[in-house]
Amino acid sequence: MWDIRQARKALTKRILEGDGKASPSERRAAFNNSGLAEPLGTLVDKVARHAYGVTDEDIAAARMSGLSEDQVFEIVVCAAIGQATRQYDTALAALEAAIEKA
Amino acid sequence: MRLRILDSGHGFGTKALFALIRTVSRQPVLDVIKLVKYRPDFYGGPMSAVTQEAMRGPSTWSVGDRELMAAFIAKTNQCEFCTKAHSAVAQGAYGDGKKVSALLSDLDTPAIEEPLRATLLMLVKLTREHTVNADDMRAVLAAGASRKQIEDALAVCFSFNVIGRLADAFGFFVPGPKAFETGAKYLLARGYR
Repeated sequence: MWDIRQARKALTKRILEGDGKASPSERRAAFNNSGLAEPLGTLVDKVARHAYGVTDEDIAAARMSGLSEDQVFEIVVCAAIGQATRQYDTALAALEAAIEKA
Repeated sequence: MRLRILDSGHGFGTKALFALIRTVSRQPVLDVIKLVKYRPDFYGGPMSAVTQEAMRGPSTWSVGDRELMAAFIAKTNQCEFCTKAHSAVAQGAYGDGKKVSALLSDLDTPAIEEPLRATLLMLVKLTREHTVNADDMRAVLAAGASRKQIEDALAVCFSFNVIGRLADAFGFFVPGPKAFETGAKYLLARGYR
């Protein structure tokens, strides 16, 4: 558990605070699935909620808005990790609550 | 692959490695490998450390159990690439292909022990609805899974809720069964690093 927490923390720190082609604020917004202008907002929300629905057009629209492929890469990675993190944190809190009131 | 850089934007050394993989395995390089090898300092390196710990780190869940969890999470996310990939790894780990495909279509069978069944049902709900509550966790504990086992399963769930999203968003090519069998052998022998 300790190792996985450390590894997850290092991953999150790297994608949000380390060097990147997308700005830290864009990466943070993608991670949080909040506060992004269109068309990026739609792409990030799809990645978070139903990634199987992402289309060629969604990626093309992000590129047409002026983002490079590297920026799209980073933003999609941040969106996926952000949603998985929210799921994980919610589930750990539910487990804590279950054990406290067992 | 929807981003050209993920298909062919790698450095010379990585491209040479891909050529070697193609020659030795006689299979295409899986898109998941291309993703983790692209700018690995950003995503592939730190993510592989997480996945290695979740899938091969110390746990009372077997490797087969954890790969089965990965396959269930992928199926719930409707990610064809990851479902096929991790069904193949689970089959290899259990040494029983029929068991994995039977479980993926129906968990209500005596072929699976209660703690694992309850854990899989919780992971499916978490993946599908993005949330679970204390009652869901009480059901898993009551089925005999320990706190540590649930925490370990949630780590698997984290990894595959990341990887499945990326597979679908980046549009991974889904190859034939031979390529997944080759990939499964590699993952069982070498892990995720």
